[in-house]
Amino acid sequence: MVTTTREYGYNSKIEGEVIVSKVDAVINWVRKNSVWPMPMGLACCAIELMATGASRFDISRFGMEVMRFSPRQSDCMIVAGTVTYKMAEAVRRIYDQMAAPKWVVAMGACASTGGMYRSYAVMQGVDRVVPVDVYISGCPPRPEALLDGMMRLQEKISREQSFKGLFKAKE
Amino acid sequence: MPRETLIKELCLKFDSVQRRSNLDWPAINVSAHQLVELCKKLRDEYAFDMLMDVTAVDWEKERPRFTVIYHFLSRERGHYLRVACNCENDDVPEAPSIVHLWGGANWHEREVYDMFGIKFIGHPNLKRILMWEGYSYYPLRKEFPLAGIETSLPAADVAEETQAKVIAAPMMGGPFCSKPGPYMSEAEPEGKDESWTEKQPKPEAEVNE
Amino acid sequence: MSKHQKSEYVTSDLSQREEEFKGEIMTLNMGPSHPATHGVLRLLLELDGDIIQKCEPVIGYLHRGDEKIAENMTYNQFVPYTDRLDYLAPLANNVTYAIAVEQLANLEVPQRCQAIRVIVCELARISSHLLGIGVYGMDTGAMTVFLYTFTEREKLYTLFEELTGARFTTSYTRIGGVARDVPEGWLSRVKNFLDGLLPVIDEIDTLLTRNKIFLQRTEHVGVISKEDAMQYGLTGPNLRASGIDFDLRKRMPYSGYEQYDFEVPIGTVGDCYDRYLVRMEEVRQSERIVRQAIERMPDGPWYAEDAKKIFVPPKPKIMTSMEELIQNFMLVTEGPQMPAGEVYFEGENPKGALGFYIVSKGGGVPYRLKIRGPSFCSLSILPKIMPGHMASDIPVILGSLDFVMGECDR
Repeated sequence: MVTTTREYGYNSKIEGEVIVSKVDAVINWVRKNSVWPMPMGLACCAIELMATGASRFDISRFGMEVMRFSPRQSDCMIVAGTVTYKMAEAVRRIYDQMAAPKWVVAMGACASTGGMYRSYAVMQGVDRVVPVDVYISGCPPRPEALLDGMMRLQEKISREQSFKGLFKAKE
Repeated sequence: MPRETLIKELCLKFDSVQRRSNLDWPAINVSAHQLVELCKKLRDEYAFDMLMDVTAVDWEKERPRFTVIYHFLSRERGHYLRVACNCENDDVPEAPSIVHLWGGANWHEREVYDMFGIKFIGHPNLKRILMWEGYSYYPLRKEFPLAGIETSLPAADVAEETQAKVIAAPMMGGPFCSKPGPYMSEAEPEGKDESWTEKQPKPEAEVNE
Repeated sequence: MSKHQKSEYVTSDLSQREEEFKGEIMTLNMGPSHPATHGVLRLLLELDGDIIQKCEPVIGYLHRGDEKIAENMTYNQFVPYTDRLDYLAPLANNVTYAIAVEQLANLEVPQRCQAIRVIVCELARISSHLLGIGVYGMDTGAMTVFLYTFTEREKLYTLFEELTGARFTTSYTRIGGVARDVPEGWLSRVKNFLDGLLPVIDEIDTLLTRNKIFLQRTEHVGVISKEDAMQYGLTGPNLRASGIDFDLRKRMPYSGYEQYDFEVPIGTVGDCYDRYLVRMEEVRQSERIVRQAIERMPDGPWYAEDAKKIFVPPKPKIMTSMEELIQNFMLVTEGPQMPAGEVYFEGENPKGALGFYIVSKGGGVPYRLKIRGPSFCSLSILPKIMPGHMASDIPVILGSLDFVMGECDR
């Protein structure tokens, strides 16, 4: 059942319980409600990520409790923690192994811009090696902030032009 | 045995051992050629059975420049002992390794080599442990800036794909910190001018004096 | 070969006939991003079938340059960086750092401050052990334990948030005292939390301690002998599980620990099961300490009032009096003025003995700060104890050592 999502979808019953809608609306609805995160839990933000997955701030309400540590089976990479130059190689390789469509969430100050670590060993933001869709600030961000970030990601997904991208490899 | 007696005995047994001034635990200086013997004696006869830490200090302008500091703990006596050993050569600092006495010294000595460049003679596997292989600087030396020096990423293919480099962290005029000094003009915080931002270079004229 | 015992099947001495059955040595990389490695640890394994022949840990994936940063920050500005060392029990790191710096100036903090620090340290210990046990249960397959312990930790987070303003990464202590006094009613809320904690520990006990699967996975696995533990500088629960009676809180007490009555659990065999039992019992003993500290909580200031060059004066005075205003300005810009000298202080953190070696040339900024992380030493023992175990014992051994990469790599 597809409800009217903004101006994309519309619901009109033609004979025999058939619903007509835009392909984009259906595809985006399916994608955004089952984002399987790949937790790149590097430092303290990983603990808040685990707390979001636990029972108080249930991430399962959004369909995201399936934290697959395998990049091939996940949709969204949540970079939680400080990315050092030594680790950047692993982050990029794992990002490359993920299948399209994929998104990246930079959780926390260290992943967004390097945080309070202005030093020789810390990469000043993970967006130097992977393209980031949502930045979540905080040190560490509260689980509510992480959930807010994931909801913004869901909004971003719902605005995508998925049909055009279906037959073209995503960059 | 009280701590004073311990230091006196050690000074008598080894001619290069001298008392080191300290605020908390007994501390001694020893020269590099008697270090291993002293450590063995401490472990076997004086019940300093645990090696807690191996580290080094870079004194920058003083000579000798590098000092390797060991902290031993004796569970029976209930106190620590600090042993300081100066590295003889300032340009290519070296120190003897005590891996054969304590297995735990392996990683500690690797870290000191990684951060300061002090080579430990007799270490089975002296390679970098915290920075990546192939990093050409020793970060904790005083002339190395906190922001770092620009080099290439350790993985060549990732560097090519993403055009990312190891950059000097943008500091907008360098870390601002104070130095010890009796007068406020010396002690107030000032920028060390290590790096600016990536997009904007350092501004030309300094308006305030 | 029994699956309980460490295998003696090492490929170096094989008979001629077995030579035909010997497989190739496989090099396996358990990469920095792996769910079982609790953070960014890389293990280079050489496996013969399922038996580990060689294991080399590669660390440094979280090296952030804390020690170099410390040479450019004042003593109080460095407190947030100490939070992120052992990020499972940040308050304990804060307390250890503050005491280490106070030793430079030989500063004695008042009784109330010491009692607050003890309460906060022990609550952090409970929090860290709960997470250690929860994640350990999850690694061995018991998913429920993780959810139970996280629920208790959420209650602790609420308490910490009330006290310090942040769930974890609290930055609560300052040199010469703590940031603020305990809020009204906080102590009774801590008591309520402790009342609810013991039934949960008992429940986890019934779930894991005599669970056949758990026992088979953890008994006689990863045995660390007494000599090995001393050689590699293991401290904390890892050392005590191997049978060595050494706790810094009892042997070299700090911050008023000598007033409290508690016991220190000691293991016998030194295997993973012992380490788990030691941690469970330590949670119970920490609960005892916190109760005693709450009962005895003395009145008085929560910072060293006579430390004029170290602790900022109270805000009402700053706003009204000239001398305090100048003092505040000097302390904030130049940092707490410490005399020259060097100190080394180790505190009993949940993971082991966290040590700070500080060299000061006077002034408010340290000349050299070395952090001795207990997890660094715990991980250095892996090449010694891993060979002979099976590949599926790896998460069990890693979980039982309970290390944190923030502390290891700094």
